[in-house]
Amino acid sequence: MKTLAVILLSAMLTDNFVLSKFMGICPFLGVSKKLDSATGMGIAVTFVMICATCVTYPIHYFILVPNNLAYLDTVVFILVIALFVQLVETAMKKMLPSLYKALGVYLPLITTNCAVLGVTVLNIDNGFTFIQSIGNSLGGGLGFLLALVIFSGVRKKMEYADIPETFKGVPATLIAASIVSLSFMGFSGLFS
Amino acid sequence: MAVNNNSLLNNLTKGIIKENPTLITLLGMCPTLAVTTQAANGIGMGLATTFVLVCSNIVISALRKVIPDKVRIPAFIVIIASFVTLIGFLLEGFIPELYDSLGIYLALITVNCIIFGRAEMFASKNNIIASACDGLGMGIGFTLALFLMGSIREILGAGQWLGMNIPVIHDNPMLLFIMPAGGFFTLGMIIAAVNKISNKKPPLEIECGSCDKCPMAEKCDKMEGTDK
Repeated sequence: MKTLAVILLSAMLTDNFVLSKFMGICPFLGVSKKLDSATGMGIAVTFVMICATCVTYPIHYFILVPNNLAYLDTVVFILVIALFVQLVETAMKKMLPSLYKALGVYLPLITTNCAVLGVTVLNIDNGFTFIQSIGNSLGGGLGFLLALVIFSGVRKKMEYADIPETFKGVPATLIAASIVSLSFMGFSGLFS
Repeated sequence: MAVNNNSLLNNLTKGIIKENPTLITLLGMCPTLAVTTQAANGIGMGLATTFVLVCSNIVISALRKVIPDKVRIPAFIVIIASFVTLIGFLLEGFIPELYDSLGIYLALITVNCIIFGRAEMFASKNNIIASACDGLGMGIGFTLALFLMGSIREILGAGQWLGMNIPVIHDNPMLLFIMPAGGFFTLGMIIAAVNKISNKKPPLEIECGSCDKCPMAEKCDKMEGTDK
């Protein structure tokens, strides 16, 4: 059984959700243009990932498995996430208006972020305990934040670069992402 | 978007080249990058997505007058997720090798923006037959794009193609191409090539799948001010 620290760090670095598992590519490319929006999105995703894990884990083990309904995982999880995101948005708007102002705009986009559904399904697939699941979600979320922040820095530099006409925009961004991903490959073999 | 009564053929073919979901409108990037280490996986993922796309388009189109506007997004999610579960069972039963190699990405078809986008943009506004054609065309376009990605990555990265060994490259494959970094690189190159060939201005930026195609655009109109 892997220890908690290993799960957390490997979810964050070696198995980074964005750069090696390709989850959450849309926000990674879409929201990484500016540092503060990248940070906001990263924190919001981390928050929703942890909370979604807290909700979906008991649902899987205490409701679906005893009733032999484990195959409904995907349907139930995505609904729970959609519902949960809505709930967080409403609650945050009422109770923490300042936090809502900072993160609120990113919340509706998170429902369709595959990293959130991905992490909840992975926790179940890997047979993690509850604590390990939380560790995995926290690591995954922080890894997402790290990738977004690093990449927003790279894109800032790219704005001043002289890029050939055909590569302007998305192709150049993808190739830059490839180089960032290459650098994350340096972490592989960190835990074996 | 105005509903135009294009011929069925047009609905079918527009997804393949003119509005190819992956290469032109840049939707559904996650599976495009994740499963294309082999050409066969690309085809499998593409066909699974096509199945879900056609079925969900048909059902959503059939129910478009019944589903209240306010709850349409959760309703679409449930319909799509049900078909994803169904295709998961079918693959597990009949093609277990493919089921294993697609792994978690099979479940993630649920949140594929292409399916969501077509449901919101097309199926909820058009009749059943047109929606089915639209789904089929988009699915084929997606499958072709995945097959292209998979072929390039498998040939260069592993020196194989659909199980055949490619001479010369097979002895010295460029491993980079089947690694994550190679995925980003190949997709970037393909999109650049598409831009060059179609001679159109490259898509400006992906704004979470560009707002006009995004099913959440209505809810996140605040986004625009912050994204300058």
